[in-house]
Amino acid sequence: MDKPLFNALLQMGDDSLVLGQRLCEWSGKAPTIEVDLSLSNLALDLIGQATMLLDYAGQVEGEGRDADRLAFHRDAELFRNSLMVEQPNGDFARTVMRHFFFATYASALYEALSKSSDETLAAIAAKAVKELRYHSEYAAEWVVRLGDGTEESHSRMVKALDWHWRFIDDLFEDDADWAELAERGIVPLRATLRGNFGKRVAQVFGEATLEVPGEVWPLTGGRQGRHSEHLSLVLAEMQVLPRAHPAATW
Amino acid sequence: MASQPSSDVIEQRIFDVLAQVPDPEIPAVSIVDLGIVRGVSIDGDQAAVALTPTYSGCPATHAIELAARLALDEAGLEAVTIRTVLSPAWSTEMISAEGREKLRRYGIAPPVESGGPAECPRCGSRDTHEVSRFGSTPCKALWRCNSCSEPFDRFKCH
Repeated sequence: MDKPLFNALLQMGDDSLVLGQRLCEWSGKAPTIEVDLSLSNLALDLIGQATMLLDYAGQVEGEGRDADRLAFHRDAELFRNSLMVEQPNGDFARTVMRHFFFATYASALYEALSKSSDETLAAIAAKAVKELRYHSEYAAEWVVRLGDGTEESHSRMVKALDWHWRFIDDLFEDDADWAELAERGIVPLRATLRGNFGKRVAQVFGEATLEVPGEVWPLTGGRQGRHSEHLSLVLAEMQVLPRAHPAATW
Repeated sequence: MASQPSSDVIEQRIFDVLAQVPDPEIPAVSIVDLGIVRGVSIDGDQAAVALTPTYSGCPATHAIELAARLALDEAGLEAVTIRTVLSPAWSTEMISAEGREKLRRYGIAPPVESGGPAECPRCGSRDTHEVSRFGSTPCKALWRCNSCSEPFDRFKCH
């Protein structure tokens, strides 16, 4: 098995899966019906991407596991998602700030991956990048609207920013397996995407009257399976039915 | 002994059958109109249809494959296989001119790849605005016409 590729696919697939599951928690109780529809549609795209990435991970592993098996029958410490995506939704400000950071990172990543030397990954990425660009634009509009909104919305966006900023390093972390894949031309080093990410954040924050924070003590470890307590709780809800009835089909 | 039909005839027959399969969420257009049927390949006596998903997570993807399978079976084309292709990624440019006209008549503003505001599918006005970037399905956004006040779905450029 190509272990570095398997791990990289888990990192990407788990990011999409866990964030998609988090966004689904808004279904039926978002601030407006338009936002409700939007968050569910964002989740749908992410879960679709996760299905393709995890199915491919299962093929690379070669032990007969598919996306469902990997999603529902794996414990939290075997997940490779970033810490940011597993954080509780908080208020709408925090959800939208997280989505802005994640979609801006992920659209840059998938843009580069669409030129990957791995054909399957390139095809998945070419599809995903179009969706994630739309996500990034949608979230950026909300960051501006709320940041440059009322005193209340501005202060909530500042709090949201403070909450998420410490997870940015984790989002961009390149582990040894990822670095090996980068050398083989399969993935870009995430560090190379950081410059454009910073420029985009500064530009949107400028419009949103938000300040880019200085250095903070970063929290990392998600890519190695060292998660916050929040992941096991979100997985418990997601996995309970297939674990209770492992052979059930629709 | 009857001669085998040529591959062109078989290909046309398969396309004709699939052109009768409606999209499950927008039944006014067929899966051929939407560009979801990427092509038919014929290799000896084996024919295969290539389908492509519109959005990664579109819940209609499985329903479309099932509907295509049933239509082919009913037409006596049980041996034709169906496979999913991701590359090149589906884009709204793959929607046929006929498909765009059918969308408009159904009340959905077709995508305008050159950008700009949507044309109201009811009164034709271009004085319209976006209400929400997401609508009732992954492929649509919600718009409203400033001239006739009607809300309408717009097919997102993708």
